[in-house]
Amino acid sequence: MHLTILGTGDPQIIRVEEGRIDSAVAIQFKDAVRSAVSADAARVVLDLGQVEFIDSSGLGAIVAAMKGMAQGQRLDLAALRPMVDKVFRMTRMDTIFVIHDSVEAACGSGGS
Amino acid sequence: MPDMPDQGPTLALALAFDFASTPVEVRGALERVARALDGIGWDAETRGTVELVLAEALNNIVEHAYGGAPDGRIQLALDATAGRADLVIRDSGGAMPGHRLPAGAPVDPDVCGDLPEGGFGWYLIRRLASHLSYRRTEGCNRLEIHMRRADHAGGGTG
Repeated sequence: MHLTILGTGDPQIIRVEEGRIDSAVAIQFKDAVRSAVSADAARVVLDLGQVEFIDSSGLGAIVAAMKGMAQGQRLDLAALRPMVDKVFRMTRMDTIFVIHDSVEAACGSGGS
Repeated sequence: MPDMPDQGPTLALALAFDFASTPVEVRGALERVARALDGIGWDAETRGTVELVLAEALNNIVEHAYGGAPDGRIQLALDATAGRADLVIRDSGGAMPGHRLPAGAPVDPDVCGDLPEGGFGWYLIRRLASHLSYRRTEGCNRLEIHMRRADHAGGGTG
């Protein structure tokens, strides 16, 4: 599971360098995101711009990564491709996460 | 979307293969189906929908019918045109509870503030498939899934 971590600031950007978050990588993905999240970041943005496919195990892994964050930390999502966006909307998980059109938009919008 | 009035009935494919009950093999099977649909004119978004439904069905077989054992076999048959994709999946793992398909009730993200990490699979399958049937006979599961392309003129039949 390849993630690129851009800074530890607010927000911290974690870019997912994988085309798929599916059951073959869901557990590794969750663990990798958990260890990538900086304890100092109040807000973390997961850049999903490279992810073309997600299934329910991948969705569950993102939810699990978010639930594993500390009190006062927030996980936002950015740059969802159409298929990924559709999965979030159909499962109503788009109501749980703040979803930004792009990483730039995520950085420009207000943190806490 | 270009207008392709004659392509629905003429372009067709049939594909059948089998693979082991592991997440990596499932990924390979999904990619194979996606490539095949690409070849008869399915665009990325509509291919993605078929891939998602198939992924959920296959993950269910790997995790539940075979209980995570990697030595089960899964047989997959795809029969498709530019407007529809019919899938038949067979395995010899455990039966569906009660020998029927799960209800796939929507997961409520607001329940008690405890977010679900699972339970989306059958909900997604039921939302996206146009037809589902399941049969348990002689120790084997047979799941049939029909997908229709909503954006395609040839997709409304059957």
